[in-house]
Amino acid sequence: MSSGANRGIFRSLMRDPMGAFGLILVVAFLIMALAAPWIAPYDPLKISITERFQPPSLAHWAGTDQLGRDLLSRIIFGARTALSIAMTAAGIAGGVGLLLGMIAGYGPRWLDAFLVLMFDSMSSLPMIMFALAVITVVGPGTGTLILVVVLVSIPGYARLIRAQTLSLGSADFILAERVMGASSARILARHLLPNVVGPLVIVLSMDIPVIIMLEAGLSYLNLGVRPPIPSWGNILYDGYTSLRAAPSMVLIAGLPLVLATLGFTFLGEGLRDAIDPKLKVRVPR
Amino acid sequence: MLNYAIKRIGLAIVILFTVMLSMYAMVFLVPGDPASLALGPRATPALKELLRERMGLDQPVLIQVWSFFRNAATGDLGYDVWSKRPVFDQIMEFFPNTLALGAVALGWALVLGILLGCAAVVWRGTFMDRLLGVLSVGLISIPAFVIAIYALLIFAVWLHWLPAIGAGQPGDIVSQIKAVILPAFALGIGWVGYLARLVRASMLEVMNENHIRTARAFGLPERRIVFRYALRIAIIPTIAILAVGLGSILSSAVFVETVFGRPGIGTLITGAVQKRNYPVVMGTVLFMTAFYLVVVTAADLLIARLDPRIRDVFRG
Repeated sequence: MSSGANRGIFRSLMRDPMGAFGLILVVAFLIMALAAPWIAPYDPLKISITERFQPPSLAHWAGTDQLGRDLLSRIIFGARTALSIAMTAAGIAGGVGLLLGMIAGYGPRWLDAFLVLMFDSMSSLPMIMFALAVITVVGPGTGTLILVVVLVSIPGYARLIRAQTLSLGSADFILAERVMGASSARILARHLLPNVVGPLVIVLSMDIPVIIMLEAGLSYLNLGVRPPIPSWGNILYDGYTSLRAAPSMVLIAGLPLVLATLGFTFLGEGLRDAIDPKLKVRVPR
Repeated sequence: MLNYAIKRIGLAIVILFTVMLSMYAMVFLVPGDPASLALGPRATPALKELLRERMGLDQPVLIQVWSFFRNAATGDLGYDVWSKRPVFDQIMEFFPNTLALGAVALGWALVLGILLGCAAVVWRGTFMDRLLGVLSVGLISIPAFVIAIYALLIFAVWLHWLPAIGAGQPGDIVSQIKAVILPAFALGIGWVGYLARLVRASMLEVMNENHIRTARAFGLPERRIVFRYALRIAIIPTIAILAVGLGSILSSAVFVETVFGRPGIGTLITGAVQKRNYPVVMGTVLFMTAFYLVVVTAADLLIARLDPRIRDVFRG
């Protein structure tokens, strides 16, 4: 994609108020995640029992939790946890999905049939049920979380890429390459790859909020990111258990999740409208 | 049609088989012995051996797989490692609560979603249409369990309008209805947005089709065109999505059920995962997958009946 095309996408994104709002939120969360150690006012792990359950104040903008830890600092570091997991997982899943999808779409018929059956079986597993099954076997933790997201996301990406590859495989310019004696590897890497990544990027960006939701949900159940590492999910759980003692805590703890999922979804929608309006939206989880 | 039905059901069975096999493979591929993991580092060898026997892990792998399949086919999903109760009985005890929650959530979402979708079609191109569009996307993206916690705080803790936990008293329908309102609200709200969008998109597509133009040309009133001819076709993608929806809503009910302490499949499986209770986790996942496949296959067959074009696509 040329830089001119990129500028066009950016401009049409900014013209759409929803897309612009999404972009601003996403950039804010990215800065929060990258610069967490410098912008967080306190150490997110520092316990101070004398200061527990403080309401929002000038010293602690978002108040403190049941162990007296600064809530704002925990939320800022939680952004780091959420985004690093979401991006790692989406990156790996996108890469593997791309590879498998191109193999299925361009390889022999029997391999295609086998891979499609695998994708179908994987996507008939309810996502959260599958996640819980994997966690039971492997044990909870950040690595498991990424593994689960990668496994459940691959079929969707692979199917998308497979469909793209199939429709491109019989295009004239590919036939011409083949007639001229180009190897399959060359055709896949040089000609198919650049043409199939576009839709994948949009779908990946639209899946980031789903991954953030899953990470928070599983961490909420204490089956995801392990405490004391701050995650928006376990912060929310801390708030939930102190619902009556400090209701402000749970109210504030839910906000980053709401804003981040809104931001990424709006940005994804905006990107899709700007690049490929016909792409299908996902089913809510 | 019969041909299509046989193919579709066959595919579902093959998928279920593959799923079971890969779940079994997963347990064996992962290093570590499930019995020691479940019991923790301080368990005695004798206790581990007992648990291994109870999980059926002392048998050769192939025998284990075979007996798992044979038993599952007859509805025997094994026994809870800790309470020794049959897993199937536990699922049957909890599943109705989850099903009721999912049905109520999807039900209210469907009614409101179709209404909003039709409203957007009537107002297409206006500010209201755009506002409904943004609202739909917003509703889709916010995680259900965050909404559940906010709803719990506002309506149960602060206002005391509705109960905060449980599924109501058995036999007392009023308390059961009261207990389902908040969880169903939280679980369904994302679907309102999604269905509104879906109905709007498919309605707009149908309104441009030839037979609608023909109906217009024959001078049929607009309302009759929308409800007799357009909605009938526009509803087809909604049915397909509803089936997928019931499956995914029942599994995302896990979080909402936990927030409201509602006895259901979600609370059953999360408890089992935390205690590494393999038979319960495996049995529940298998049951939910089978249920999901049945619903999706049934919906596919229903759609094929409503829309012959889909059958032809499958054949080709």
